[in-house]
Amino acid sequence: MRTLQQTTQEVLDLAAKHFNVPVGSLVPEDDFFKKLGIDSLQTLEMLSRLENHFGIELPDYEVQGVSDFKTLAERIQSRL
Amino acid sequence: MLDLSKYQSIGEALRDSLEQFSNELCLIEADREREKERLTYGNFKERASPLSRALQDGGFSAGSRASIIMTNQSKWLISAYAIFFTGGVLVPLDYKLTPDEHWQLLKHSGAAVLITEYPIWRQLSASAGRAAVTNVQIVLVTEAPANAELAGAQRWEEFRGAGEPVFVLRLRSDTACIVYSSGTGGHPKGCMMTHENYLEQCVALTSIYPFWPGVRYLSILPTNHAIDFMVGFFGPFTCGATVVHLRTLRPEYVREAFAKYRITYVSLVPLVLKNLQKGLQARFDALPAGQRKMFNVFVALNKALTKSRPRLGISRRLLKQVHEAFGGELRAIIVGGAFTEPQTLQFFYDLGIPVANGYGLTEAGTAITVNDLKPFRADTVGKPLPGMEVRIINPASDGVGEVSVRSKTVMAGYLNEPELTAETIVDGWLLTGDLGRFEGAGHLQLTGRKKNMIVTEEGKNIYPEDIEAVFESLAAKEFCVFAANYIWTARSMTGEKLVLVLHLEPGQQYNEELRQDINVRNNRLLNYKRIHGVVLLDEDFPRTASLKIKRNDLAERLAKLDSAAAILPL
Repeated sequence: MRTLQQTTQEVLDLAAKHFNVPVGSLVPEDDFFKKLGIDSLQTLEMLSRLENHFGIELPDYEVQGVSDFKTLAERIQSRL
Repeated sequence: MLDLSKYQSIGEALRDSLEQFSNELCLIEADREREKERLTYGNFKERASPLSRALQDGGFSAGSRASIIMTNQSKWLISAYAIFFTGGVLVPLDYKLTPDEHWQLLKHSGAAVLITEYPIWRQLSASAGRAAVTNVQIVLVTEAPANAELAGAQRWEEFRGAGEPVFVLRLRSDTACIVYSSGTGGHPKGCMMTHENYLEQCVALTSIYPFWPGVRYLSILPTNHAIDFMVGFFGPFTCGATVVHLRTLRPEYVREAFAKYRITYVSLVPLVLKNLQKGLQARFDALPAGQRKMFNVFVALNKALTKSRPRLGISRRLLKQVHEAFGGELRAIIVGGAFTEPQTLQFFYDLGIPVANGYGLTEAGTAITVNDLKPFRADTVGKPLPGMEVRIINPASDGVGEVSVRSKTVMAGYLNEPELTAETIVDGWLLTGDLGRFEGAGHLQLTGRKKNMIVTEEGKNIYPEDIEAVFESLAAKEFCVFAANYIWTARSMTGEKLVLVLHLEPGQQYNEELRQDINVRNNRLLNYKRIHGVVLLDEDFPRTASLKIKRNDLAERLAKLDSAAAILPL
């Protein structure tokens, strides 16, 4: 079982790869809309990738209103 | 289709639809690749009647108000039907608002009943905003887990009354819905929409984009939004068509749904449409040179053949693969909520997929103008719908002025805001605050905004006043939020931004600490409500005797600055 810290790191690495920014340039507190300059639709694409990676389903309501990696990682962790 | 001229209320028309189309397929609901259920109109009635009865048993009666805060799903429509059947007023709220914003609007609307989903209720019930709201007497939550803490709510699935509910007739002039076009700040703008507004709008819209049994509408835009309420609920129901709901809006499942459910119509916001365009363009660009050349020939041929009007049969044969990706039955994509760039509209039309763009605002009913495709005009928002009088007030030499509308679809007014209503509806004409002109063939072209607001590509209306609270007690002498376009009028309906205007204390510097504070506060706002930059003004803001900022005067002063240099990005 992953720790929250591991999950968070995997979320950051995957997001960096997905949006083509240097791995390590993102931190848990980052607002992904702002930091990556993405819109809600691109966020949904990122979520699908995270779901595949972690082998879970994240219902849309779980990520409603979430805009930072830290909270996103916590929501993922609760479903692992 | 029902003859809506004979009806007084939404509830009356829907009641007859369920009878008339009893055996037709009404709803399909799917979650990812899993289809959850299919309901006929007869099944829909069986689901709705016990809810209507239970509402009546709970004291819900003519004029009582009930709010729905839910994602798009069958229980949204079943609940709305029960509210209308029992003579109630529906308050549909955007599920994407924050819990505090929800409570604020629930209080303002005077809703006695709240119908919501368990995950939303979990947040609502824990929110501090709940304490100040005493009008909500009954809370119904859908899909709560077996052992869930309901915090005073009841399970929607168990809220069933025994016996037949009693139908309650409302008149055309009665309020059917209170729809919030904005206003989670100081002045919530609750548009009081009458039954007549909806009945007339439905007739007008379906005269151009008809529904019939067998038509399948994919409901993606939130149903609280005027467009989905009309074309994803009332319109198809009065024609016996089918509405398809997806419980997740991930692009891959939305794409699959087109083919899987043979979708006829879908409504999208411009952002999603542009995303589809991007995806298709990437696929076209990836074609080997020979195939690409061939493809371009077919597109050119399709363009020539559809110049005067759409010819779906021909387009589907010429560009088979493109149309099959959309299920092969798509007749039109309805786009709304915000301005759509002409090149995006043209891109789809050239592929033989008409995009029904138009122009509307909540206050005027769903739509004021719609592109009738005869011929398709990407550079306009179409012609006024039947029953709509549209005129341009005080046009300049180029014909551009404020767009105003008179029609049976215009709202009765803003709830509890007689002064605002009187400023907005003058001598029966609704002043839209949008700027535009009519071109030679009678099509409306929008050129900008007169009002201090922005509309995002996701179709969100943002009023600067609504977000100012987050900057309260900021270390500055005074501040004000504006739509940049309102200060520096741009002949554009896209790419609009909000700016924070700051007047610092004497000797104070705009330093990193202040910038960080603004950033932190800005990040508390939902992403689409955030300010884009800061404008520094070294003079006192003009104010009224009661010390309110004279926004118009301030905007005039700011307009003298060079916008490119004045806006400091965050």
